[in-house]
Amino acid sequence: MVDKLFRTTLFWATLVFVLTESALVFIIVKFRGKPGDPEPKQVHGNTMVEVIWTAIPALVLAMIAVPTVRTIFRTYEIPTGADVLQVEVIGHQWWWEFRYPQLGLTTANELHVPVGRTVALKMITQDVLHSFWIPQLAGKRDVFPNRSTTLWFKAEEAGDYPGQCAEFCGIQHGRMAFQVIAQTTDEFAGYVSRMEATGAVSPAAPAAPPADSTAAKPAAAAPALTTTTLAATAPAAPDTAAGAQLFMMKGCIGCHSLNATKPMGIGPNLAGIGQRLYIAAGWLKNTDANLANWIQHPQTVKHGVLMPDLGVTPAEAQSLVVYLRQH
Amino acid sequence: MATSVLDHAGAAGIHPEKTGFLSWITTVDHKKIGILYGASAFIFFLIGGLEALVIRLQLMKPDNNLVSPEFYNQLFTMHGTTMIFLAVMPLSAMFFNFMIPLLIGARDVAFPRLNAFSYWVFLAGGLFLNSSFLFNAAPNGGWFGYANLSSKQYSPGLNMDFWAIGLQILGIASLAAGVNFFVTIINMRAPGMKLIRMPVFAWMTLITQLLVLLSFPVITVALILLMFDRLFGTNFFVPLGGGDTMLWQHLFWVFGHPEVYILILPAFGIISEVLPVFSRKPLFGYTAMVFSGCFIAFLGFGVWAHHMFSTGMGPIADSVFALATMLIAIPTGVKIFNWMGTVWGGSIQMKTPMYFALGFIAMFIMGGLSGVMHSAAPADLQQTDSYFVVAHFHYVLFGGSIFALTAGAYYWWPKMFGHMLDEGLGKLHFWLMLIGFNLTFFPMHIVGLEGMPRRVYTYPAGLGFESLNRLETYGALILGFSFLVFIFNVIKSTRSKVHAPADPWNGATLEWAIPSPPQEFNFPVIPTVHGRDAFWEEKRAHGGMMPEPPRVSGAGIHLPNPSYWPFMAAVGVLLLFIALLHHDGKFGPLYIFGAVSVLFYSIFHWVFEPAEG
Amino acid sequence: MDAHALHPATSTGIPNRKLAIWTFIGSECLFFASLISVYLVYKGKSLVGPYPSEIFEIPLVTVGTALLLFSSLFVVLALNGCEQGNRKKFLGWLAMTILCGFFFIGMQVYEFTHFFHEGLTMQKNLFGASFFTLTGFHGTHVTIGVIWLISIFIEGVRGHVPPAKALNFEMAALYWHFVDVVWIVIFPVVYLMNS
Repeated sequence: MVDKLFRTTLFWATLVFVLTESALVFIIVKFRGKPGDPEPKQVHGNTMVEVIWTAIPALVLAMIAVPTVRTIFRTYEIPTGADVLQVEVIGHQWWWEFRYPQLGLTTANELHVPVGRTVALKMITQDVLHSFWIPQLAGKRDVFPNRSTTLWFKAEEAGDYPGQCAEFCGIQHGRMAFQVIAQTTDEFAGYVSRMEATGAVSPAAPAAPPADSTAAKPAAAAPALTTTTLAATAPAAPDTAAGAQLFMMKGCIGCHSLNATKPMGIGPNLAGIGQRLYIAAGWLKNTDANLANWIQHPQTVKHGVLMPDLGVTPAEAQSLVVYLRQH
Repeated sequence: MATSVLDHAGAAGIHPEKTGFLSWITTVDHKKIGILYGASAFIFFLIGGLEALVIRLQLMKPDNNLVSPEFYNQLFTMHGTTMIFLAVMPLSAMFFNFMIPLLIGARDVAFPRLNAFSYWVFLAGGLFLNSSFLFNAAPNGGWFGYANLSSKQYSPGLNMDFWAIGLQILGIASLAAGVNFFVTIINMRAPGMKLIRMPVFAWMTLITQLLVLLSFPVITVALILLMFDRLFGTNFFVPLGGGDTMLWQHLFWVFGHPEVYILILPAFGIISEVLPVFSRKPLFGYTAMVFSGCFIAFLGFGVWAHHMFSTGMGPIADSVFALATMLIAIPTGVKIFNWMGTVWGGSIQMKTPMYFALGFIAMFIMGGLSGVMHSAAPADLQQTDSYFVVAHFHYVLFGGSIFALTAGAYYWWPKMFGHMLDEGLGKLHFWLMLIGFNLTFFPMHIVGLEGMPRRVYTYPAGLGFESLNRLETYGALILGFSFLVFIFNVIKSTRSKVHAPADPWNGATLEWAIPSPPQEFNFPVIPTVHGRDAFWEEKRAHGGMMPEPPRVSGAGIHLPNPSYWPFMAAVGVLLLFIALLHHDGKFGPLYIFGAVSVLFYSIFHWVFEPAEG
Repeated sequence: MDAHALHPATSTGIPNRKLAIWTFIGSECLFFASLISVYLVYKGKSLVGPYPSEIFEIPLVTVGTALLLFSSLFVVLALNGCEQGNRKKFLGWLAMTILCGFFFIGMQVYEFTHFFHEGLTMQKNLFGASFFTLTGFHGTHVTIGVIWLISIFIEGVRGHVPPAKALNFEMAALYWHFVDVVWIVIFPVVYLMNS
């Protein structure tokens, strides 16, 4: 509906543009003065003409005004109902926290949603103003510290939709992106199960790798994971013991949780980090090299973030990457 | 002549000069003050332009690191603040100062010393703001400084203090000038020049001053509250203390929207002067032009929240502001049609001022149309805070204001400086500016709709922004180069010493009846006016062109004396605000005492100094 | 030398300086309108006390208000005296005006001090912030007005304000009326309207 409104305004704007600019060009060419030209007729105005060219724009604007008001009221009507997926959005300097109150899950920077279902967002910020914007799915909505704002959208097709903060929020506003991953019902259910499973497993124990651990996109269907399946299908797990220890000793655990069922930690929840498309808030490809670099030198990768340079050695970073890939 | 003030000043050992450097410090002549505004504003414009070029070079490639994110944020904040407050407004002030008394047939403005004071305070504010770069603490919160990013907690450095205080200083300059020009236009018109016979530029100036007088107090309050939060720990905009960040936005935009009309109305006025002269026929629909200007100004106070559509104010508020914004498009459209009606049926003289005036119409149409697109609030939720809105406001502020101010510069240059600017170089400037401008800003409509947000120091590869951003940077370089052409033109033409006649364009208004440049007293005899386009009327009555007016002695014409006190009072104002920055330091009270002393001393001498000999 | 007499007639017939002070007053109306709006927006929104009803001393402020109102009458009488060349009337009523101004400022100083002791500071809550800012700026305007009136009084005593120069005094009087009118809005909105 908003698209239709946009196309309406674009249509009228383009039409007026073409008419007025070509009139201007015509006038410049036709009335070009030549040396020795007599003084042109000293016209001061023409009431009839002026009335017409006041009335016509007013009519055109009315054609835009009516659908505008209609659309405004429609966009404010947040759909309700059992089928609507509720999501809470919390803006932080410079990352996005997402919670699913109906599912008891918390995550960060990558929002998985099912295709064809309305997603209703309730949004707030922990610090300064931000703005939540998924250009391909919806208009933007600012987030405030002392009042929640709402937005809703529905993804009609599966895919990866990039989003970006759209209200200047400080030094790293330019790197406060996020991804919305629209998945089929099954895929989404699989994602939810995987996230719920992170609550059953303690962060110290290595988690079994998902069925396709090298996949870049989690769009591939994954079988529902139960504890028995986990035990049964666990292949030779990579050695995550070193990384698990480092995660605690280096203090990562002080800010980050690997448990999606409990919203805790100052920094982004890392449950599912191993499979996310991007890191550092939605813009840095989640390769081993990037992840290692991010862990070692956050202040170089994204100067000003809260995550300090902890003096992690390359070897330590490698271990941590291995460990995080399993989460 | 100046016996009493020299006696008084002589007692204090000060002698205001008539020539040389000190004559500029003590001048109260509106023409010299106009030139001071113009020169300073042009330099600030170049600085703002340089900031823009660095921005564009940083954005030329994805994931670029030409500048740090922190410096980038300072660059775009200062670019916006500089262009609005230190470039466009004072460039308009150059024309208010130089031309308004001439257009209305007066010898000077109502309060010449207050006029000088406005200029020096403006300069102080501009220098204060830019001095922040020396401390690596240039403002970095965006030109509209949204709370609560601007709070002490999230902007702990001095950056936003420089911003808030700098704008306060500039506000004082604007308010003083607002009073001055309002009174001048209402009260000092030549006999017979009824308001409805005034040149349109004078009308637009009058309306602009009214906007300044009514909108600047609102931003003053907002900045005071922000300063109190930052310096004294109040919670006006601090959420933890109950403060409401929306209040900042409302206060800011109640000022901010009239501000954009402050930026464009003088441009409208200039175009309304240039088009008739270079079409050789009067302005089409003078009354509609005047009334539409008034209507725009009035309505301009009722549309502010269209800058806030993404904040979720509710459907009723959104609808009201969307409709009001659409409504304001009507008088604006009327103006465009009336301008085209002026040129229609004329005998177009394609001289440089006309190029820029016609370019203005073409560019402003585009900016206005993208503005109408913004008014559809739900669609605006895609456009706002993206490069689409960056395109929109550059089309109206550069394609609009700057093109018009450039037209005014080429038009009035002969009158102000006494020589013509080179036509060939002028046309080259125009084409480079037009092409560069469109290459820079047209693609921004597209890249914004594709999802590129504004105020980002970089963007990732693979989103499709790369090629258009690169094109925009090339455009910006061409645009920058066009101003080098202008500077070269100025230098070359100044050196050429080819003298300009009083009336090089066959002008319609009174300024063309006196020599170029005008003598200090402007008119040997204050003219009596019988209608609009007073000078065309006079020429018609004399059967065509008038002879070149002679330079006369001006004996017996009383003019205000030059004075040091406006300059000194401005120094006092600057010291007071610097003291504010240091208020909690060891010498805080001493700074404040010193500043207040300078200020009071200057005001005292100003008040008791005789204005005329 | 009388600057006023040297100026040519103005387009409206009103002297430039008078038009200027009216224009300035118009602008200042928006300044106070904004401050009053902020007060109203934050009315009832303080997170902690002290709250208005706990600490306002309405009787005292009413006396101050009345004095300020009367001072506007006194300044009219003084201006009258000045224009008529009646030195006693001019200086006598001007002195009364200044006295009322002093009383008002004194009342405010007392009130602010009392509020401080009750624990209300600008930083304490939104009421403190918006109240002190609004009334503080008003008080500053009153103070500037008093200084202005005193300087006219001194000039008057020295014989420098004859009827031909009454305009200078009229400007100050207009400003004084404005300051009074602003208080006429602040008093009911801040003090009398209580939830």
